[in-house]
Amino acid sequence: MKKRLDIWLILGVFLLAFSVWFYLRLMREEGAFVVIETEGKEMGRYSLSESLTVELSSPGGTNRLVIENGTAKITEADCPDRLCVNQKAVRYQGESIICLPHKMTIRIEGGGESGVDAVAQ
Amino acid sequence: MNTKKITRYGLLIALAFIFSYIESVLMVPVPVPGIKLGIANLVVLAALYRMGNGPAALVSVVRVVLAGLTFHHAAMMLYSLAGCTLSLLVMLLLKKTGRFGMVGVSVAGGVMHNLGQLLVAAAILETPALAYYFPALLLSGCIAGVVIGVAGAEILKRLPGR
Repeated sequence: MKKRLDIWLILGVFLLAFSVWFYLRLMREEGAFVVIETEGKEMGRYSLSESLTVELSSPGGTNRLVIENGTAKITEADCPDRLCVNQKAVRYQGESIICLPHKMTIRIEGGGESGVDAVAQ
Repeated sequence: MNTKKITRYGLLIALAFIFSYIESVLMVPVPVPGIKLGIANLVVLAALYRMGNGPAALVSVVRVVLAGLTFHHAAMMLYSLAGCTLSLLVMLLLKKTGRFGMVGVSVAGGVMHNLGQLLVAAAILETPALAYYFPALLLSGCIAGVVIGVAGAEILKRLPGR
């Protein structure tokens, strides 16, 4: 009787995880830009439609960003854990790759207004 | 604090510290950062059930500071500290209600540890994109919690009494 609640807790966590995952999946849209941010400040922006390789340097170190076939990924990093290198390539709006040691994120943004903004800058 | 207590704390902290080390060596590359088993939580769980709230908190925090200074990136300590504090608080609360077993308490601990880290990441990186990691971190925290909780219960059964 006493341990009954354990299983409900576990089920609850699973349910929450799946509903959030499902919601994010429903909402996803193809992205148009890769936005580079360190500590919340935008450091650069690249179009997903062309292939390129750039070295991103942030206060913590450097990461190599590769864009091809409409997806972006990190292929090289000089941080000790290199977790960002293991993360899968991103292509949908809102997806990101995060490098905690360098306090850097690359995030996919959509076209629309942000695209106009990018041109205006 | 008597000698017996000091040695017991010392042993537990050393054990948790070693578990952290083993985990940092065995780190499996996964697509989402922050997914791990959290073997050190076995020690915290054992301290919580055998010795009480204070000792569990002490072992947990000292372990995080030591491991942060030695095996991990120093900048990562803030993440682990947030994770361990939140996880500890929730584990104490759930245990106090008396309606959860060790597995439930451990699951809550695992999930909250990940959630704490995610919240710090959200505050530091200021990006909503972290929402994408939320489901994976919830699930992995839950599964790790079950494993550690089951193992912890078995270990405590076999450990000689106080």
